Amino acid sequence: MGKRAAAIVALSEWAPQRRWDTPMFSMEASAQLAAETLADGEFEKDEIDGLVMSPIPESPMFGPSALAEYLGVQSNFNEVVDLGGATPAGMIWRAAAAIEVGICENVLVLCPSVPAPRRVQSAGAAPRGRARLSAYLGGDSWGSPQGQFEIPYGLVAATPSFAMIASRYCELYGVEPETLAKIAVQQRYNALANPKAINRDKPITIDDVMNSRMIADPLKLLELVMPCFGGSAVLVTSAERAKRAPHRPVFLSGYGEHLTHKSVTYMPDFIDTPIRMAADRAFKMSGASREAIDMASIYDCYTITVLLTIEDAGFCKKGQGGAFIEEHDLRYHGDWPLNTHGGQLGMGQAGLSGGMSHVTEAVLQLQGRADGRQVKKADLAYVNGTGGMMAEQVALILEGA
Amino acid sequence: MTKLARDGRPLPMPNPTTQPFFDAARDRTLKLQRCPRGGVFFYPRNRCPCCLADDWEWENLSGKATVYSFTVDRMGHDSNLADRVPYVVAAVELAEGPRMTTNIVGCAPEDVKVGMPVEVSYEDVDDVTLINFRPV
Ligand SMILES: [Zn+2]
Repeated sequence: MGKRAAAIVALSEWAPQRRWDTPMFSMEASAQLAAETLADGEFEKDEIDGLVMSPIPESPMFGPSALAEYLGVQSNFNEVVDLGGATPAGMIWRAAAAIEVGICENVLVLCPSVPAPRRVQSAGAAPRGRARLSAYLGGDSWGSPQGQFEIPYGLVAATPSFAMIASRYCELYGVEPETLAKIAVQQRYNALANPKAINRDKPITIDDVMNSRMIADPLKLLELVMPCFGGSAVLVTSAERAKRAPHRPVFLSGYGEHLTHKSVTYMPDFIDTPIRMAADRAFKMSGASREAIDMASIYDCYTITVLLTIEDAGFCKKGQGGAFIEEHDLRYHGDWPLNTHGGQLGMGQAGLSGGMSHVTEAVLQLQGRADGRQVKKADLAYVNGTGGMMAEQVALILEGA
Repeated sequence: MTKLARDGRPLPMPNPTTQPFFDAARDRTLKLQRCPRGGVFFYPRNRCPCCLADDWEWENLSGKATVYSFTVDRMGHDSNLADRVPYVVAAVELAEGPRMTTNIVGCAPEDVKVGMPVEVSYEDVDDVTLINFRPV
């Protein structure tokens, strides 16, 4: 029996969009997400006494105070998390830990990912209404090692890094590209049952993946996420307060985090990822066994990320990930339900909210609110967050009350 | 930090700690720091990442390495390099231990293999020198 000090009780999640028609500031999106989440959990705004956020453009410094002021919240716990795609999962356990030590009781975790309105006065600097990221991801700052030793050689964005991981894995373990393709295909099947998924009406086959354009060998277009806009939030509360919430409380019974590198080149071993340490700690803390997991919600920026996570989180032995994927039906009604919302590959990657989608989907499933894609028995979920170049790793074990 | 070369590609901007590495490359030498406890490390730092001591010494290396992994960038993920596709981005393991990010040059992208032996190959661009590797 693991920790049962804090539970996720409410959430809000916006459907990812390639283009965002109603630009808004991150603080405005946070206010809207907060209102929707409080309504979902039937909480009063003034009960909120903790805020967890990621850096926001309107206030690169003093983010929590800017947000608390904007939301009109008087807060005892104020945290900015910067762990790339693992940020949302990292936010959840920080909120739970803060509640467990007793510094706060009701924590709003906010992941807005929307474009700001156009600046009226500056014609030259109008932001595009389309999801874009600088390929350098800030690595070209003065003094940054990446700017001197990675960027000049084209190791930028994320795809070339994950492609190098896939390259080495496939060379050492001889996994077939069709096996990686199956991950994308079955997750897409799940996305067809998710009305919020960007690919909800586009089924794909193994051949479609195999015939899609090679982007960075061996990764092909349909093995990559589509950058989107969106937003999501969850409410984490104490076990005591959770009893009065309308939906089934989802306890965070175990968690772990691990980090070893920034640039993929310095990853201690490309195919033995920091997931192993994070997941081992999470399972140990929760007391749950791998076999008891009803569903897995695994960060899927690329197909290879899922395969390595299945191995390193301990669901099969190293080198057996390909066989595991071939043996199991990963659809929501299958024997090993994986990324039942379609994953980010199927639903779209709405910035940090993409990482949060793995948390929200597990919560919706455990609460019995996954509508047309409900997993039959959903009491125990494994959730994983991957940041940067397989660098930041967070594992969560979620248990329905 | 990067600056753009005259031909538009991103170039390293050395700082006081990393300048000796770039100066050696300009003189056709691969030079890194060796810690008496942790061995050779990459990239240059003020203190050794093994023990955080500062009694390291610069050492000339063999320039021999093997391809640890690689990819062929078909898209130009850096738009400044888009006119160079396809190019090989690789992590090579130096004979002395540490890994470096590099480009594999002097062969077709299809001929690069994991585990392939390679050697250092210098490329002067404007006032800095890039360190590529080529098949032995
Ligand atoms: Zn040392």
